[in-house]
Amino acid sequence: MTNQVLLDCRNVWKLYGARAETILQENDCPDPEALKAAGVIGAVRAADVQINRGEIFVIMGLSGSGKSTLVRCLSRLVEPTAGSIQFDGIDLLSASDAELIEIRRKKMGMVFQQFALLPHLTVLENVAFPLDVQGVDRKTREARAREVVTLVGLEGRENYYPRELSGGQQQRVGIARSLVVEPELWFLDEPFSALDPLIRREMQDEFLRLQNMLKKTIVFITHDFDEAIRLADRIAVMKDGAIEQIAAPEELVLNPATEYVAEFTRHVSRAKVIRAKTIMSPVTSESFAGEVDCRATVESIADQVEAASGPVRVLNNGEIVGQIDKQAVIDVLVGRK
Amino acid sequence: MRRWITWSTGFWVGLFAVTWLLSSYSFQLYKALDARWIVRFPKAYELPTESRISALLDWLVDSAHFVFFTFRDLTRAIAALIEIPYQFLRNLLIEGFQSGLGAEAVQIAPSLSWIAVIGVAVLIAHFARDLSLGALTGVCFLYLAVFGQWASAMVTMASVLIAVPIGAVGGLLLGIAAYRSPLFEKLLRPFLDLMQTVPVFAYLVPVLILFGFGPVAALVATVIYAMPPMVRVTIVALKAVPEEIKEAGRMVGCTRHQMMWKVLVPSASPALMVGVNQVIMLTLNMVIIASMIGAGGLGFDVLASLRRLDIGGGIEAGLAIVVMAIALDRVSQAFASRGVHEHRSGSYLKRHPWTSTSFAIIVGTLLLGQFIPAVQTYPKDLTITTGPFWTASIEWINVNFFDAFEAIKLVVLQGLLLPVKKFFTGIPWAWGIIATGLFAWKLAGWRMGLMAMLFMAFISASGLWGKTMVTIYLCGVSVFLASLIGIPLGIWAAERPRAGRVILGLMDTLQTLPSFVYLIPVVMLFRVGDFSAMIAVVLYALAPAVRYAAFGLREVPAHLIEAGRMAGCTPRQILFRIKLPLATPHLLLGLNQTIMLALSMLVITALVGTRDLGQEVYIALTKANAGQGIVAGLCVAFIAIIADRVVHAAADGQRRRLGL
Repeated sequence: MTNQVLLDCRNVWKLYGARAETILQENDCPDPEALKAAGVIGAVRAADVQINRGEIFVIMGLSGSGKSTLVRCLSRLVEPTAGSIQFDGIDLLSASDAELIEIRRKKMGMVFQQFALLPHLTVLENVAFPLDVQGVDRKTREARAREVVTLVGLEGRENYYPRELSGGQQQRVGIARSLVVEPELWFLDEPFSALDPLIRREMQDEFLRLQNMLKKTIVFITHDFDEAIRLADRIAVMKDGAIEQIAAPEELVLNPATEYVAEFTRHVSRAKVIRAKTIMSPVTSESFAGEVDCRATVESIADQVEAASGPVRVLNNGEIVGQIDKQAVIDVLVGRK
Repeated sequence: MRRWITWSTGFWVGLFAVTWLLSSYSFQLYKALDARWIVRFPKAYELPTESRISALLDWLVDSAHFVFFTFRDLTRAIAALIEIPYQFLRNLLIEGFQSGLGAEAVQIAPSLSWIAVIGVAVLIAHFARDLSLGALTGVCFLYLAVFGQWASAMVTMASVLIAVPIGAVGGLLLGIAAYRSPLFEKLLRPFLDLMQTVPVFAYLVPVLILFGFGPVAALVATVIYAMPPMVRVTIVALKAVPEEIKEAGRMVGCTRHQMMWKVLVPSASPALMVGVNQVIMLTLNMVIIASMIGAGGLGFDVLASLRRLDIGGGIEAGLAIVVMAIALDRVSQAFASRGVHEHRSGSYLKRHPWTSTSFAIIVGTLLLGQFIPAVQTYPKDLTITTGPFWTASIEWINVNFFDAFEAIKLVVLQGLLLPVKKFFTGIPWAWGIIATGLFAWKLAGWRMGLMAMLFMAFISASGLWGKTMVTIYLCGVSVFLASLIGIPLGIWAAERPRAGRVILGLMDTLQTLPSFVYLIPVVMLFRVGDFSAMIAVVLYALAPAVRYAAFGLREVPAHLIEAGRMAGCTPRQILFRIKLPLATPHLLLGLNQTIMLALSMLVITALVGTRDLGQEVYIALTKANAGQGIVAGLCVAFIAIIADRVVHAAADGQRRRLGL
């Protein structure tokens, strides 16, 4: 592996307003008051993000927090006002239009909140569209599109038009379209926000299933904190254009860096986030009533531990690293510190 | 807030009072002060715009020289470019293909038989929607054959088939250019405004001078007239493509070209088809007017019958245009709303049932036509003519109801038209400029006020003040009456769904009628004069008032009506306290459209003897005086632009106040 970090974005700013260009020359890091005084809107402020290969990186924030703008800066759909973005060793911001087209054709995929399917094309043609744009001949591209359509579970609907599909099915088409070129970096911009809660859940499972197979590097945008902790390896919480904290879900819940993050995580069901290795105690017992993995969430082991006759051992790659008893699990479940 | 209201009311009352006083006593004022300039713009200061424009055109035609070619060569090249496909279509549809000229002409191939044309039209309609639309189209085309209008209708069809693609593709390309470059859009906008507001007659003369009398000149004028809405629709449709779809296009790595032709244009195609529909309707609207500069076909028949006072013939040819308009309108609308197309598999015949059936019909009738003449051309002795019937019925109405019609005419003339006319024509030009400026300033800001004053000053300085005032008076009265009739109809249509379907359907049909057609019955019943002109204008301009009122009422959010009902409003209170106030922006936009249509119709009513700007344009046309026509046309355009901007500003202001 050449480099652990696939996308390296440093000190990225996106400002809107008449003086957007000049204000950063006068002041390296203007605070919100300075921006407001200048009549400039700071959609993204001093964002530092490193995305590792193979991880699911979730950007979380309420509407208007700048998460959509940030992800558009990362894909250069929006031109950042300042900062640097390295993608796989290429300086994305100095790439020419032609280079950018090439990068997007081969290495990036994106899924949109409102699906953004082309209304005049069938499912198959929509999925094959990125290949069509690249000039791949019809037979090859349709064969490839068929594979991906099957992958997302839409076989049999190849000749339907988007308007004939339900929201969940339309988003499957969107996902298939973004995967057809086998991108290295996969952007998903609130992909499930426009769906009903039940469908959303189903699509999240589907998404995890796909990721287990494909192992892509993913930037996932959401305003739903439950969705974030369910999917993420790491989460960046954004507020008013700035990143408040970047951490693993458990870290975010246990050690919120700011008041805002704490407010967000307060009502999260902790059992879904806290993992066995956090609540385990040193090994003292001789005999165990079972075993659990140290990365399992408390929620997933609660039933097993509670039903066991004694403490259970905690394993890390087959090695015993600690033990958990009923009390530790119950403390988490009832929210005791 | 209260003080603002009183100030505003005071402003309007004051403005009206001063205008009224000056209008009533301007003549006395002129006598008392012995200052003739008060009532008449001094001749010595009139602008020489007219002669300048005429001179420019003469120069273009006679001596303009570009590096390699003269201006004449250029217009000839354009003419040839249009002439070739047009002649081909004429041969195909009606004349047949011949080699050689005159008496030595030998027919190489016959034209399409009438059965083939009808068959293909039905198939296209069936393809666009369903069997019932196919049947409607079939009946419409059959009408043309049965009532003996076939030959003229096919000549008209040939020009429609040329003008519509040029207008649609040209409009699309201009719209795309404007979408890509905001600067170009800015430059294009005033041209579009002028092209849509300058009356057609005004540019018939220059087109006539540049291209000569004949079908080509008519086609050029038609395209100029029909293209602007397509440009606008294209710009709006491309801008309305959802941002995410544009981003999706960029993220899959589309080039600029792919983005336009693979993402934007196909995504916007339903909206673009609405533009094509407009191009078709405007083209048909031009059919009669264009025949004044040599278009031939149905338009020529109508015009010739009107000149002969052949009532029956005029109505028959006019109805043929209407029938064609209805068929083309419905089919193009069906294409605009055409949804999913099924995918077919199998042999070529199975995959393309419409194309193969059309081909079969064409070949079949071609072969049969060689042996049975009735298949090739519709037999003459089977045609029906309704001409005598129409002539007789109009005569009967005139004989029996002459006094009643005269009475109505007299009452309206004495009670409404003449007093308003006296008021407007009495306004001294200097005050008129100021008053228009104040009016526009109050409603649309000082920039618009200044522009309005400049426009009115141009009109005065062109020596057209009097005729302009007649135009404004006729337009004002007609718009007032159209709103008076149209808005209640619109309310009725919105409140009672079943009545609504009938009323709105009627309005749809009224809007597909070419403007000229309205003149035929009006002239026959009321003869010439301001009253006839007014009736024709009211009929023509009625549709938008009805449609916008109905649309505006239906757009009122349901929860507001529910809130009203829960607060115990009677249906009447709901209408007057909730629906109508919230619908005012729509009502104002309807008013705007009504004014625009009224102005465009007014110019045509010059043919029935009004003495306004329309007459000026028409005189210019008969004298082939390009300068005179364009100056008068510009005056009409200026009035239209002032009215348009002011009403739009008022609608925007109202919308802001309502927080919509």
